[in-house]
Amino acid sequence: MSAKRQFRIWRGDETGGDLQDYMVEVNEGEVVLDVIHRLQATDAPDLACRWNCKAGKCGSCSMEINGKPRLGCMTRMSTFGDEETVTVTPLRTFPVIRDLVTDVSFNYEKARETPAFAPPADVAPGDYRMQQVDVERSQEFRKCIECFLCQTVCHVIRDHDENKQAFSGPRYFIRAAELDMHPLDSRTDRKEYAQAEQGLGFCNITKCCTEVCPEHIKITDNGIIPMKERVVDRRYDPLVWLGSKIFRRGETPQTSVTTARQGSATPGSARGGVHSHAGGSHDPRAEAQAQSGVNWHREVPHPTAPSVDDRGKLPLTELTFDRAAAPSPFGDDVTFPLPPEHLNFAHPEQDNKH
Amino acid sequence: MTTTTRIERHHYDVVVIGAGGAGLRAAIEARLAGKKTAIISKSLFGKAHTVMAEGGAAAAMGNVNSRDNWQVHFRDTMRGGKFLNNFRMAELHAKESPQRIWELETYGALFDRTKDGKISQRNFGGHEYPRLAHVGDRTGLELIRTLQQKIVSLQQEDQREFGSYDARIRVFSETTITELLLDGDRVAGAFGYYRESGEFVLFEAPAVVLATGGVGRSYKVTSNSWEYTGDGHALALRAGATLINMEFLQFHPTGMVWPPSVKGILVTESVRGDGGVLKNSDGKRFMFDYVPDVFRKQYAETEEEADRWYTDPDNNRRPPELLPRDEVARAINSEVKAGRGSPAGGVFLDIASRRSADEIRRRLPSMYHQFKELADVDITAEPMEVGPTCHYVMGGVEVDPDSGAAFGHVRGLFAAGEVSGGMHGSNRLGGNSLSDLLVFGKRAGGHAASYADGLAARPKVAVDAVEAAVETALAPLQRDTGESPYTLQQDLQVVMGDLVGIIRREGELADALRRLAELRERVAKVSAFGGRRYNPGWHLALDLRNMLVVSECTAKAALERQESRGGHTREDYPAMEPKWRQVNLVCSLDGDTVQLTRKPLPKMRPELIGLFDRAELGKYLTDEELADFDALVADAGEADNR
Ligand SMILES: Cc1cc2nc3c(=O)[nH]c(=O)nc-3n(C[C@H](O)[C@H](O)[C@H](O)COP(=O)(O)OP(=O)(O)OC[C@H]3O[C@@H](n4cnc5c(N)ncnc54)[C@H](O)[C@@H]3O)c2cc1C
Ligand code: SF4
Ligand code: SF4
Ligand code: FES
Repeated sequence: MSAKRQFRIWRGDETGGDLQDYMVEVNEGEVVLDVIHRLQATDAPDLACRWNCKAGKCGSCSMEINGKPRLGCMTRMSTFGDEETVTVTPLRTFPVIRDLVTDVSFNYEKARETPAFAPPADVAPGDYRMQQVDVERSQEFRKCIECFLCQTVCHVIRDHDENKQAFSGPRYFIRAAELDMHPLDSRTDRKEYAQAEQGLGFCNITKCCTEVCPEHIKITDNGIIPMKERVVDRRYDPLVWLGSKIFRRGETPQTSVTTARQGSATPGSARGGVHSHAGGSHDPRAEAQAQSGVNWHREVPHPTAPSVDDRGKLPLTELTFDRAAAPSPFGDDVTFPLPPEHLNFAHPEQDNKH
Repeated sequence: MTTTTRIERHHYDVVVIGAGGAGLRAAIEARLAGKKTAIISKSLFGKAHTVMAEGGAAAAMGNVNSRDNWQVHFRDTMRGGKFLNNFRMAELHAKESPQRIWELETYGALFDRTKDGKISQRNFGGHEYPRLAHVGDRTGLELIRTLQQKIVSLQQEDQREFGSYDARIRVFSETTITELLLDGDRVAGAFGYYRESGEFVLFEAPAVVLATGGVGRSYKVTSNSWEYTGDGHALALRAGATLINMEFLQFHPTGMVWPPSVKGILVTESVRGDGGVLKNSDGKRFMFDYVPDVFRKQYAETEEEADRWYTDPDNNRRPPELLPRDEVARAINSEVKAGRGSPAGGVFLDIASRRSADEIRRRLPSMYHQFKELADVDITAEPMEVGPTCHYVMGGVEVDPDSGAAFGHVRGLFAAGEVSGGMHGSNRLGGNSLSDLLVFGKRAGGHAASYADGLAARPKVAVDAVEAAVETALAPLQRDTGESPYTLQQDLQVVMGDLVGIIRREGELADALRRLAELRERVAKVSAFGGRRYNPGWHLALDLRNMLVVSECTAKAALERQESRGGHTREDYPAMEPKWRQVNLVCSLDGDTVQLTRKPLPKMRPELIGLFDRAELGKYLTDEELADFDALVADAGEADNR
């Protein structure tokens, strides 16, 4: 039942390394971590690899197996073809320490920056009362074993070290979500915090993180997306799409978000709705006065100067921004659909019908 | 001299070795007492063994059954430990665990709830009422994550106050302590290495809390991880502290032994209850040969009768597969030793040929899925290979029940969690460990802090002790003539698994001691290949001497205790002896030889012993003790009449 199998394992440290070939005995029912242990006991006694529980519970044995981030102890050899070479490499997003061990301190730093649970001031220990349905939403995220597979797979930081400072990653988005949904957490700004300080806006919901999560946590659907929804009355996401249909490229009075780098965020400036990030604003009165139909001479309200922070810099980064994705090019105070008469737009075909 | 000058030095008030439930709770307490605290862990922060606990944490909150209270919990714990527990620890544990659990909620823990919104509690073997606070089957994860996050929140406070997260509490992850350093009989610090770089680090601190967990890695089949090499036990011994109850290890008779991906994972007894049978390599259903006389009347004599029992239990006797755990374990053990074991050293547990695939999937869904997912083993299609699995060590550092301070001749050393001994007596009840971590973690942390406060001067670390520690640590890398640490570990596991396992005999134990002595020579010459950076071979080489000394303690104590009780089963002394209940076996180190002494158990206070029925006490106490008890009851009766 045992056979020799070809393994290619990355060996090296921060100064460099390469894939080394090993022929190793594999028995029925083994997982990749078993094979690594066999290598340690035979050909490669100093092969570095993290593990603890060997039961998918501790999240230590994260590695990339044939390019896919996985837990070594939960990847059965039977999932590979008989002749298939198994290639094992360290997590790509984090600096290598040695062989399969990477420096995951990035994650612990982000954990440390995420504001902790804030207990309700007037409830004594023992008096906490919560309903099962209410704790279940947070419990899903508390299943996280901190394997950091979602962190390593996320394209925002996978090959972009420069984004690491501004982006906490899916693991910490669901930490924020967990606290946001905690029935007794007394902070109310978890969403705003995620937008402003954790770089939630970088996430464009590719769902790669959900795909690799060994705990099957619905990171995007249940965590990130609800966090992206702004405080109720400021929902707008679908309208960005509408806006891009209405304005032709180039005409859009767009305020693009500058490359997000941490630094300009002063605590407090983070609160949503303090200033208009969209730059321009529409004055409904002016709009009302505009003539019906197309009037290319209509005066568009002048953009107001955006507020600057105490260093005179624009706080126009996603970090200090109160919502996900690009801001509405129309400003925060415009609701859609706009009255057609307010639009400087003529549909060519409909016009032709006249 | 050059070696010592390059060593990184840190100064702390309290150093906590271990980042499991006990260590983290101790560190929180020390930091809350205002002490500068370090947490040291062999693995990453949040990965300690505590994450593996599934069942729950026992605490008599009475949320599900309001009749539950600390007295009932105390009684259950003492019964579970067969009255060998340190009664004061069992008492403190039963009284304080509800507060410790509720406290976790203020740190953000989310336990499963009852209908009226309280913490839900589940039934568990040995607990009279539903008592285990739980979160699905990941209670340990919840516990450790909650404590981890509490520490982060304390660090955030410090960041606001002092501008640094690490100002008053710092986590040194992937750092292994190899030596405790003393100034006379006082703890002065701890020496170790960073696993990542292999560089050495010295923590100077007047108070050290050990929370390093258990010893299971010395066994061939275990549910424990690589961390469980008994480091804390060995560090304590070498620092002059004592260990008690080392003969008591918890084994489960049927853990998977093959394939390796699930080795050590427990197979619930309900597999046997639902029709699974045990077979040897000849295909024989061997349990019929192992029915002891006392059970003869209740158990079937033929396969036909046994098989009828599943459908008609009233008119047939039970199948012998359902004998008590230790009988089953003994039988498996004998078959394996007689050479009729499975290739991996277990026996076959066959349910596949006895029940339809559908039925198995329906009755044992989680077993089915666990093995399917973890090992691609289809329990509906093939028999499982099972054998006794080492799970938990009851023995550990002998401590003062109230403060967690180690006994022996060392001051400033504290211990909590699985590394400490006494609380669980000869057998631990499920769920009592997680609450033990919290109750005694808090106590140890708090008392370590006040001990540090009370010192007039900080003890000093001696330079030559550090140099010696460096030398010991580097030795395996500098030798290239010795054996591989992996081979030595395997040999040690064989000795312990075969000779000091679940069923013990005098001759085998004596043999084990001889072999351990041989191994000691070989371990002294171990060599590790490679460099100092994250080199698992080197790390194992350093752990080996700890595993060895702890194994010696277990073997010696097991040889000495001539009775069977809880986690210690002697085939040559199968009965429980009341006079042995009065004795703790205490291990200490003299030079590098393990010394064993007998020590009487502290006497239970009258109001506590009064919680038990005489009939029950009759099973455990000697005649003199029972006479004392009767006198006590009579006194109390008179007092009532007056
Ligand atoms: C599979 C399984 C299921 C279980 N289920 C339950 C359950 O349902 N209920 C229950 O109550 N109990 C259960 N237990 C038992 C319980 O989990 C453990 O006894 C408990 O977690 C031990 O906690 P601890 O804090 O003492 O040590 P651990 O959590 O094991 O932590 C030990 C720490 O010490 C560190 N360490 C060790 N040596 C060194 C060194 N030399 N230098 C530095 N650091 C070191 C380690 O890195 C680790 O951080 C279970 C155990 C297992 C194996
Ligand atoms: S969904 Fe968002 S967080 Fe997840 S991988 Fe994609 S970009 Fe990253
Ligand atoms: S969310 Fe899932 S993938 Fe991400 S760290 Fe947690 S368990 Fe791992
Ligand atoms: S070793 Fe714990 S998850 Fe793989």
